[in-house]
Amino acid sequence: MSNTRNETLITTLQTLADLTGVSGDETKIRSAIKPLVENHVDTMRVDALGNLITCKRGTAENPLRVLVTAHMDEVGFMVVGHTGEGGLRVEAVGSIPERLLPGTHVWVGKEHTPGVVGVQAIHRAHGNQQAASVEDLVIDIGAKNKEEAQEAAPLGTAITFASRFREMGAALTGKAFDDRAGCAILVALLQGERLPCDLYGVFTVQEEVGLRGARVAAYAVEPDVGFALEGTLVDDLPKRDKDVSPTAELGKGPAITVMDRSYTTPPRLLSHVLKSAEAEGIPYQIKQPGVSSTEAGSIHPARGGVPAITIAVPCRYIHSPRALLHPDDLENTQRLVRAAIARLTPETLAIS
Amino acid sequence: MNLELLEKLTQTFGPSGYEDAIRAVIRAEVEPLADEIHVDPLGSLVALRKGTGGGKKIAVAAHMDEIGLMATYVEEKGFVRFTAIGGGIRPGNGSRVRFANGVTGVIYVERRDDPSTLPELQHLYIDVGATSRADCPVAVGEPGQFIGPLVRQGQRLVSKTMDDRVGCYVLIEVLRQLKDAPHDVYAIFSTQEEIGLVGARTAAFRVDPDIAISIDVTATGDLPKALPMAVELGKGPAIKVKDGGMIAHAMVRDMLVEAARQAGVPYQMEILLGGSTDAAAMQLVRSGVPSGCLSIPCRFVHSPSEMVDEADINNAIKLLLTALRTGE
Repeated sequence: MSNTRNETLITTLQTLADLTGVSGDETKIRSAIKPLVENHVDTMRVDALGNLITCKRGTAENPLRVLVTAHMDEVGFMVVGHTGEGGLRVEAVGSIPERLLPGTHVWVGKEHTPGVVGVQAIHRAHGNQQAASVEDLVIDIGAKNKEEAQEAAPLGTAITFASRFREMGAALTGKAFDDRAGCAILVALLQGERLPCDLYGVFTVQEEVGLRGARVAAYAVEPDVGFALEGTLVDDLPKRDKDVSPTAELGKGPAITVMDRSYTTPPRLLSHVLKSAEAEGIPYQIKQPGVSSTEAGSIHPARGGVPAITIAVPCRYIHSPRALLHPDDLENTQRLVRAAIARLTPETLAIS
Repeated sequence: MNLELLEKLTQTFGPSGYEDAIRAVIRAEVEPLADEIHVDPLGSLVALRKGTGGGKKIAVAAHMDEIGLMATYVEEKGFVRFTAIGGGIRPGNGSRVRFANGVTGVIYVERRDDPSTLPELQHLYIDVGATSRADCPVAVGEPGQFIGPLVRQGQRLVSKTMDDRVGCYVLIEVLRQLKDAPHDVYAIFSTQEEIGLVGARTAAFRVDPDIAISIDVTATGDLPKALPMAVELGKGPAIKVKDGGMIAHAMVRDMLVEAARQAGVPYQMEILLGGSTDAAAMQLVRSGVPSGCLSIPCRFVHSPSEMVDEADINNAIKLLLTALRTGE
């Protein structure tokens, strides 16, 4: 079903998704993004929290200030202790579904030391259906004892899922598509032609632990309007005897947020984005309202208030070792965001 | 008591984030009463009434938005599933909802294996008269309000959305009757209070006031087996001491107490264990704003039948007028 593959976009996604950047240390991601955008923007700086703030000036006489965010950080774990047997005790950084963890391969620390999430011996596992909480898990890196474990993975070491980008049928899979998909789209936006508005492209930090980077970025940029780019959840696998929302569906175009747990999209901005999609013939879907939190939630209350909207690439299995998305959705999300921003005028945002 | 105005205010559509219609109603009322009018990017309406000079900049906020719901999914047979706009909504079986596009629906609960527990929102659905997903007149993302007409019964008034249209009513009447005040009064009709005190925060950032006061409803302790609380319906407006999100600034609290005494109106001191108001957000704007809150006691908050006492409303207006006329 793929007919709108954008190879550059896919290559950027692959580059960024294979790097590790658990919330709080997004250095590798930031370092990889800088050379991709530096020749395409007018200013670029890193703020105190680690956000990469770029600006590509607009062509309009009095350009609107448009903030577009995509978060560099990903969910993962942090080492918080060592067992006598040489195992690592960890805590989750961000929200991770516990039931899928035992047996999962992980990368420990900057050097990607291989590890595996410990699995209860099979003769004990029978009859015990409850997933162990993260605090009860042990990550095994093959250390012989506590000292070796401490040496290899000191307290505070970050851990991510060990999985590399690959193509699977018509789909793309890998870790951290939430939100390297958004980062790849923002890179493409900045690499593209100038828009009428001043485009403030910000690659943010610490989204998964409370939408923090976008909050200070919005304060610094003082935008007229904000767009948060996301890789969002898809729950479209068949369910037995249940007629429930799939949240969003794969291959049906960018998922547009009307309302989530962190904010509500102003109706005039929502209608602008929907009209842009219709004018450009871009498929889109409305994400199930009331689910998840996004950076629009920390952009809209900045200073005197900023109308904001989240537009996302639908991804199956986010926050797991293998997210899965469709290249059409990636490209159509990029097209929609670009079209919606290009069509913005002061009248779009006018309110009385 | 201008019942016609209160009815218009309580019945007009305006779930959090969708305040265009209620803002238009309020704007028509306050435009002739204000020296300047401004709508901020998140939709809050700010009306400035200039003082005679020598006073402070005082922001007084009442929120325009109401709790509501939003369609999240349409089932194959045309039943609509929904999520809450705002916290603590408790629609009962048979309660009705009106969507933004005018469609009316009935809320009901599905059969559950264990009916002894209270149903959660995911167990409820809305019947809008559709027979299939294809002919359902409500799309995912459509916001809705609860239905609850205004009824007067003696001193008591019952309606949906007394929270906080009764506060808007008080603020409008204060603007109408305010004369010879030294202060610049910024009346903020805020948005998105029910989803995180958002509108008052951004509006207060722009106003940059010296003092901020919110006008909102508060719970009462006068119902059967109610949480202990020293606020009763009809015993006067309540001056906030503390709630779940703020401790009222002592200067503002005392200013309101002093005004109540001067005006000769009954008042009650309020300590609310959970929940908060726009004042909690305004006090943290920029480098901090001394903030307080004047509450209208209200029963059954966040239900389609919120009950207040007429005398409390009139006394709140008198109290605020006195507070705002006083110098320093």
